[in-house]
Amino acid sequence: MDYVLSLILIIITAIFVNNVVLAQFLGICPFLGVSKKVDTASGMGMAVTAVLVVATIVTYLIQVYVLNAFGLEYLQTIAFILVIAALVQMIEIILKKTMPALYQALGVFLPLITTNCCILGVAILVIQKDYDLLEGIIYALSTGLGFLLAMVLFAGLREQLDLVNVPKSFEGVPIAFVTASLLAMAFMGFSGVDGGLKILFGL
Amino acid sequence: MNNFKVLVNGIIKENPTFVLLLGMCPTLGTTSSALNGMSMGLATMCVLIVSNFLIALIKKLIPDAVRIPAYIVVIASLVTVLQMLIKAYAPEIDKSLGLFIPLIVVNCIILGRAESFAAKNGPIASIFDGIGIGLGFTLGLTALGAVRELLGTGAIFGVNLWGEEYGMLMFVLAPGAFLALGYLIVLFNKYVKKA
Repeated sequence: MDYVLSLILIIITAIFVNNVVLAQFLGICPFLGVSKKVDTASGMGMAVTAVLVVATIVTYLIQVYVLNAFGLEYLQTIAFILVIAALVQMIEIILKKTMPALYQALGVFLPLITTNCCILGVAILVIQKDYDLLEGIIYALSTGLGFLLAMVLFAGLREQLDLVNVPKSFEGVPIAFVTASLLAMAFMGFSGVDGGLKILFGL
Repeated sequence: MNNFKVLVNGIIKENPTFVLLLGMCPTLGTTSSALNGMSMGLATMCVLIVSNFLIALIKKLIPDAVRIPAYIVVIASLVTVLQMLIKAYAPEIDKSLGLFIPLIVVNCIILGRAESFAAKNGPIASIFDGIGIGLGFTLGLTALGAVRELLGTGAIFGVNLWGEEYGMLMFVLAPGAFLALGYLIVLFNKYVKKA
């Protein structure tokens, strides 16, 4: 029972309290780059979530059965980034063959994901936090959902921004940063929720 | 383009933080104080200079089709070396930068410069490009860190100016990072880029 509660805590913490974009600053490039329209933003969010889960499973297994088993922990960074790059390529090829409709929807975003630092960041964090495989998968999935949530909210705000008059020096990126700041402030309202839940769950 | 121009180009015309907007994750994530921002900038600069140099040297040996993975391996090895050096000689920096040191690998500045500069120019010019872009990045991060530290805690580089009780904690936390960077870009566009 305690294990299930701790999983729920991981989900809520990763989505709301420690949101990957707005609190941990991972994956800022796609957050700013592909957030002009809600539908592209949600496509990117879903692609990242899918890759995050698969990448976390593979890197976890590599860490346990290859790096730890042979005492090669210092190769972690190199091994993980190569595996992630290869994985993204492979997912792209498999999707193209088996699910062309989904490939059409996500296709453009897939190559961009290799350089999305939240994939490598989450893979390393799962190892650092000493999660087991199931906890790691749940953590990766909810981090991805947190990314999706932040992307969709931010894209919605930016669509509205198109309709207003912005001071000339603020046009483009600066006003996007100010908007992101307000969104981050809203998410700060969740801070402390994880501590409260921990007491509530008796962990 | 002579070497001096390459150097200045990286600091002003192609400043990675304020103009190219590359490497935003460490820019926002590590600048809670001026010192943290500066150490992140210097760490990235070290990797950038060496990776630019090495890639300019070996670019003719790499087949075109696999050049991106090859560049990533070079960069990842350099980052691993740097990570070990920082852990051994500056453990407190390792503690404050944490996850963002291994994440230098996926910093788009480094791969971007490898692809757009080192792959087309000689090793010496590439070193200067690395120094220029690295300095631009370091200056950007230090400026952002200084602003956030000053507004958040009333100190710069740990030197107290008007006391912590007048600090706005928000600037040390996440929202302040976005806000301060947004306003710095506005100022940079208005005063520096024009000149």
